[in-house]
Amino acid sequence: MLIKIAKASDVKSSEITPKSLFDGRRNFLKTAAIAGVGFAAGSIAPPSFAMTGHGKQIDGIQPSKWTQESLGEALTDYPAVTTYNNFYEFGTGKQDPSSYATDFKPKPWSVVIDGEVDNPGTYSYEDLVSPHQLEDRVYRFRCVEAWSMVIPWVGVPLADMIKRFGPKNDARYVAFETLNDPERMPGQRSRVLDWPYREGLRMDEAMNPLSLMAVGIYGEELPSQNGAPIRLVTPWKYGFKSIKSIVRITLTKEQPATSWNMAGPGEYGFYSNVNPSKSHPRWSQAKERRIGEFLKRPTLPFNGYGEEVAALYDGMDLNEFY
Amino acid sequence: MTQDRLIRHVLKPLLWLLCLAPLAGLGWLAYTGGLTANPIEFLNRYLGEWALKFLLIALTVTPLRSLTGWAGIIRFRRLLGLFAFFYVVLYLSSYIGLDQFFNWGDIWLDIVKRTYITVGMVGAVILAALAATSTKGMIKRLGGKNWNRLHKLVYVAGAAGCLHFFMMRKGVQLEPIMYAGFLVFLYLVRFADYLKKRRRKGKVGTAPAA
Repeated sequence: MLIKIAKASDVKSSEITPKSLFDGRRNFLKTAAIAGVGFAAGSIAPPSFAMTGHGKQIDGIQPSKWTQESLGEALTDYPAVTTYNNFYEFGTGKQDPSSYATDFKPKPWSVVIDGEVDNPGTYSYEDLVSPHQLEDRVYRFRCVEAWSMVIPWVGVPLADMIKRFGPKNDARYVAFETLNDPERMPGQRSRVLDWPYREGLRMDEAMNPLSLMAVGIYGEELPSQNGAPIRLVTPWKYGFKSIKSIVRITLTKEQPATSWNMAGPGEYGFYSNVNPSKSHPRWSQAKERRIGEFLKRPTLPFNGYGEEVAALYDGMDLNEFY
Repeated sequence: MTQDRLIRHVLKPLLWLLCLAPLAGLGWLAYTGGLTANPIEFLNRYLGEWALKFLLIALTVTPLRSLTGWAGIIRFRRLLGLFAFFYVVLYLSSYIGLDQFFNWGDIWLDIVKRTYITVGMVGAVILAALAATSTKGMIKRLGGKNWNRLHKLVYVAGAAGCLHFFMMRKGVQLEPIMYAGFLVFLYLVRFADYLKKRRRKGKVGTAPAA
């Protein structure tokens, strides 16, 4: 018998915004933006009425239990989400990615799946994504630099994808790699980091329902500066764990090397769970500035997703395994 | 027009305007919506980078004098140094008043626990002392020799500023390395100058011109 235990972040089915209403809001906003009153609408409308962009709409997205209503926090405006980015492949300035990723053509795209899997191979983007049901998921996003956003992602649970690859029993970690192509990613011409960008998760972290392979934001295809065409989102970890523009997923027996950990092992651990009590050499992690707000707000353990993920780390000293 | 009048009535007012240009630029960015989605961070970084730029510019004056042989250039040094301090004050104010919103407890913890902030504060305190003793009256009161000795601390402030910038950036970034490289170049020019002077005077222990 399946016993469903309700969690604090769960939302009653009655509270889920019907898609028609959700779409209606989007249409309203599109119209408002076209009419040139987007700014005015953004300032007088309720927080959920953040502006949408001009990207390509994705069809057939299902709602999930992670809605803006269940989170109870305002969405970060689309312009902020798409112009304030850390994506060093396109430059180290916050506005560099949106400035220099304009010519980046994310498709066609393919992803190499290898390591401890039964079905290795090179998967086209379509092969990778289309067998799955896309979901809308509103997550908090907390950067290690002590700023945060609330972003409505569109994506596929990572667990579903990994199951299709046929993970072998001795697969204990999942390693990810970003595209390494200085021609297309000009920021890679300087060695800010040891390219390609690498990230990794423990298998149980990857299989956690929160882990998402995102292909869109705000119901639209992912803009290049946000990691097009496919990226990871792990909302209980600092943002740099959510690796962008993924070209390789490898299931491994050993813990994979990860970029920021290689660059500064004393600053960035493999786990990098959001932890307000573990102070960072550069930033106190006790508070964060939500983009669009003036005063800082307290940072929540696991970015507020403790009920979903805290059990993954039972018996671990998270000050040691940061 | 004599050189004195040229400096006093033309070049100095011009320099004032140039030194205030970054603030005009900031106003323009604010007006055109160019302060990014995180204006507090942007403002803070913008002011900090200009503080460091002005400090390096002020430190360029003396080497430039020895390279060009134009002694009159020294008359701009104090103005440039004070503008460096002016931008440091704005930078610090944006950190205290906007970023931390006068949370003195958190500010103190930052200074004590975060090395790059400790280093930056050392630089700021030095510049405050130099700014406070920058008047003719203070030079007289301290005596030229003591004043010179005190103002040698600007070398420490320059190094602190560059180190602060380098440590603040994540990863190995080109910009702070370029600032530090320029500072090293300036110090090497001064050192070469010092060696030349020492050889000419044929005695040991003469301090370089500050």
